[in-house]
Amino acid sequence: MELIAFFVLALLLVASALVVITNRNPVTCAVALAFNLVAIAGVYMVLDAQFIGLLQVIVYAGAIMVLILFVIMLLNLREEEKPHPAGTFQRVLAPAASLLFAVVIGRALFLSAPSSFPEKADGFGTAASIGNELFMRFYYPFEAISLLLVVAMIGAVLLAKRDVS
Amino acid sequence: MIDPRLVLVLSAVLFSLGVVGVLTRRGAISILMCVELMLNAGNLAFITFARIAGGPEAQIYVFFVMTLAAAEAAAGLAIVIALFRLRGTTDVDEINLLKW
Repeated sequence: MELIAFFVLALLLVASALVVITNRNPVTCAVALAFNLVAIAGVYMVLDAQFIGLLQVIVYAGAIMVLILFVIMLLNLREEEKPHPAGTFQRVLAPAASLLFAVVIGRALFLSAPSSFPEKADGFGTAASIGNELFMRFYYPFEAISLLLVVAMIGAVLLAKRDVS
Repeated sequence: MIDPRLVLVLSAVLFSLGVVGVLTRRGAISILMCVELMLNAGNLAFITFARIAGGPEAQIYVFFVMTLAAAEAAAGLAIVIALFRLRGTTDVDEINLLKW
């Protein structure tokens, strides 16, 4: 059952990623990316990470995708007129190099992992266990990342302000 | 039960698809979306390792990466808006002021 769910999700993930990197209409790309993010949340659920899966749907597929779609529609972006020029050099070499990269990384990861998951511990991946760890052991990193969010917010407001004098 | 190696290979494939997108797209927003694809592939590997290790640490790293992705999206899109206002385009091939 889990295996079937995983293979269906993997197929959807690769298909929607292909749409994201090949479609020339930015809105279609954004919708395919949102689909991809929700499918990844499904894989998280299969891997017993409920809390992170829910965060993925709320933060990624919700907030970040709305932001991206909002900017696409604000700038009223049309389809990219022509495919990437830069000659056939880049168009052939980029996928070839990435394929090589996928083989190297995929093989390294494949060899680094065991062939089956261990039994999961009690309360693994629940909001309670993660929240407990986050506010006890990871308290200072948590505060640092909230500072980073504030800085990014101020930076975004300053950058997008109309008259930069 | 799922083989963890399959999930890791899936994350490597997704990451490489993101790399292809970053290298071949020309719209700045499309490139940002492909970066999100790559970040998610990394997160998927983290979640798999969390399940293998059995502890909550790797899931907390994913939490931090997601926060980072939100900050990156906000700052990146602000830069795209500023660029569009200045040059009237988001095509990265047209934007070469800093190119040597």
